[in-house]
Amino acid sequence: MKKIVIILVVFFLAIVSVVLFLRTKEIRQPLTVQLKEKYSKKHIPSVDHSKFSSLQKNFTHPQEVTETCITCHTERHKEVMKSNHWNWEREEYVKGRGIIHIGKKNAINNFCIGVEGNEQSCSKCHVGFGMTDALTGYTDSTNIDCLVCHDNSETYAKGSEMGGAPDPGVDLAKVAQNVGKPKRTNCGVCHFFGGGGNNVKHGDLEKAMFEPSREVDVHMASEGVNMSCVDCHTSENHMMKGKMYSLSSMNRGRSSCEQCHTESPHEAAILNEHTLKVACQTCHIPVYAKVNATKTDWDWSTAGQLKDGKPFEIDDKDGNHTYLSIKGSFKWGKNLKPEYIWFNGTADHYLLGDTVSDTSKVLKINTLNGSYADPESKIIPVKVHRAKQPFDPITKMLIQPKLFADKKGEGALWKDFDWLRASDIGMTEVGLPFSGQYTFINTEMTWPVNHMVSTKELTVNCIECHSRNESRLAGLDDFYMPARDYSAVIDFSGKWIVILSLLGVFVHAGVRIFSASKRRKGN
Amino acid sequence: MKKQVYIYRSFERFWHWTQAFLIFFLAATGFEVHGSFVFFGYKNAVEYHNIAAYAFIILIAFAIFWHFSTGEWKQYLPTFSNIKAQINFYLVGIFDNAPHPTKKTVLSKLNPLQKLVYFALKVLVIPVMVISGLLYMFYRYPQKGGIAGLNLDSVEPIALFHTAGAFALIAFIVVHLYLITTGHKPTTNLKAMITGYEELEEDKTEKSATPKEELKAETIEK
Repeated sequence: MKKIVIILVVFFLAIVSVVLFLRTKEIRQPLTVQLKEKYSKKHIPSVDHSKFSSLQKNFTHPQEVTETCITCHTERHKEVMKSNHWNWEREEYVKGRGIIHIGKKNAINNFCIGVEGNEQSCSKCHVGFGMTDALTGYTDSTNIDCLVCHDNSETYAKGSEMGGAPDPGVDLAKVAQNVGKPKRTNCGVCHFFGGGGNNVKHGDLEKAMFEPSREVDVHMASEGVNMSCVDCHTSENHMMKGKMYSLSSMNRGRSSCEQCHTESPHEAAILNEHTLKVACQTCHIPVYAKVNATKTDWDWSTAGQLKDGKPFEIDDKDGNHTYLSIKGSFKWGKNLKPEYIWFNGTADHYLLGDTVSDTSKVLKINTLNGSYADPESKIIPVKVHRAKQPFDPITKMLIQPKLFADKKGEGALWKDFDWLRASDIGMTEVGLPFSGQYTFINTEMTWPVNHMVSTKELTVNCIECHSRNESRLAGLDDFYMPARDYSAVIDFSGKWIVILSLLGVFVHAGVRIFSASKRRKGN
Repeated sequence: MKKQVYIYRSFERFWHWTQAFLIFFLAATGFEVHGSFVFFGYKNAVEYHNIAAYAFIILIAFAIFWHFSTGEWKQYLPTFSNIKAQINFYLVGIFDNAPHPTKKTVLSKLNPLQKLVYFALKVLVIPVMVISGLLYMFYRYPQKGGIAGLNLDSVEPIALFHTAGAFALIAFIVVHLYLITTGHKPTTNLKAMITGYEELEEDKTEKSATPKEELKAETIEK
């Protein structure tokens, strides 16, 4: 009987070891190696625009360039005119609001508040020319600025306060002959400087991303795979994948890590299980604003102080403004740990004219929806920008002040430093009532952090979240997370049961030793 | 008359010591997962804990088979007779060098208190740990497959049962480790569990099996 069992066991172990030994190792290259190969290939354009005779001329207006583009690319302008780069708004469904258009015309932020009254300057980041104060000029296809995105000569630049027209010094013929696939510079010139300066808004998109090191961004590293923005933000008919939830509302057209890396990219199953509820960025972007600081706090209420009747500025040692008479006080942060929220891909926004019901709470300029219980939600890292911004306590509306004017006396805050008049004119311009009173309200804006992906060695460790006291996810308290969470009752009673058992054992042992020695003496 | 008796057979000792090691290891890794301390590193702790858990489940499967095929399971049926005497012994008699109230024999290795506590471990604590442990391991988030049929919205109740069981096991180990010193001599029980032999009062009514006799019995059965 015993012999049979032993033979069976030995036989079984032999089979198992043979199977384990003969099992073929994965021959296919890991996905990351395949991806590296794919994106390291240099893009070779199929045409050389410098050889086209139609581009060998002196263009006097940028519109002429666009007309010339359209003679060959006969349908592309129609695509561009459907894009949000052109329209500055999207048609979106928002729960509670229905189908609406959200964009720079009706949204508000807690940086420079809005574009209204400042169109000539803001249109420096519009893919068009001829922007007027009334945000018109959206219908003429020759006003499309093809070059701002497709210039590969790196000599194109838009002029200041010119409604989106190029700087007069730009050699339009040279640029037109050197067009191609958008490079990092084309995107970065707008997206790295949003909010009026480098890295002001995003925190993870800034001029260091033109030529980042591997530590700053593993994908875009110049000495690495050197990917460009459009490698991930792919486009079809001029519709780019990816958007920012400072303005977007619906869960569509997003650019994601999974489109290349799949939903289970790790070797360890336990890490792949996390991807159900944790976005890639949460672990793979441990810090943002790695090179230059980003703005974290903007207090408009201190704006307007003058020195000898003149506006002034105060800078910190890195040269970041900490006070500007025209804008107020700022706080900056570098190498910041993100905050974390649940996000399901949908968002709501404060829109011009919305009234605030509860003014005691911090007003959320954009609300990213999500919760643990929502199956579509994942934990994502975000930058939260906090501000104190003008608010009408009677109408309960955020104030869009008139900020910019060419000269004094037109009521612009940045020239006259008069909040009351700037508010009055600003609100009139957007067609909203103003009570004649203003105050300042605390607001928050949430910016998902998606870039500056670190190398895998620098990934967030398990214990940075799975930790009693210092969890990165301390703020997300709607679910149970091992190591961070526990039942106070169970841990308390458990501990005491063990302590009392130990005490009981020691007391019992003590009495045993004592009585035994007494017995020995007695004997 | 006293006689060396083969009381713990080889599988029983193997089971006992493997189980002891696994419980210690599961406690160490488990409480790291619980966030009580840092030692192995969180990811290692989780992975080791899972491996040890599978090992424990395999061991339990063998142990269950062994208990039923040998009839040893009957030893664990709780009895309330003599229970008072046993409690009295631990609280009073032991200090006066009084004799154990229950006689240890091959067919009745456990005193009434042991029967009760081990029975509770076998039918309550270990099953709670295994079931909650498996649920913990295979828990996936709401509506994302896995054990969706159970309709658990959170891993929390699973984790809490598992933690409570872990504390109970630790308390058991503390008391168990102490009580093994209450044999004839402090090391008697430990030696018995290591070698299998213990010096017991010979019981004329029962057949005390030595390995040789056991072998004989086996050949007779054949």
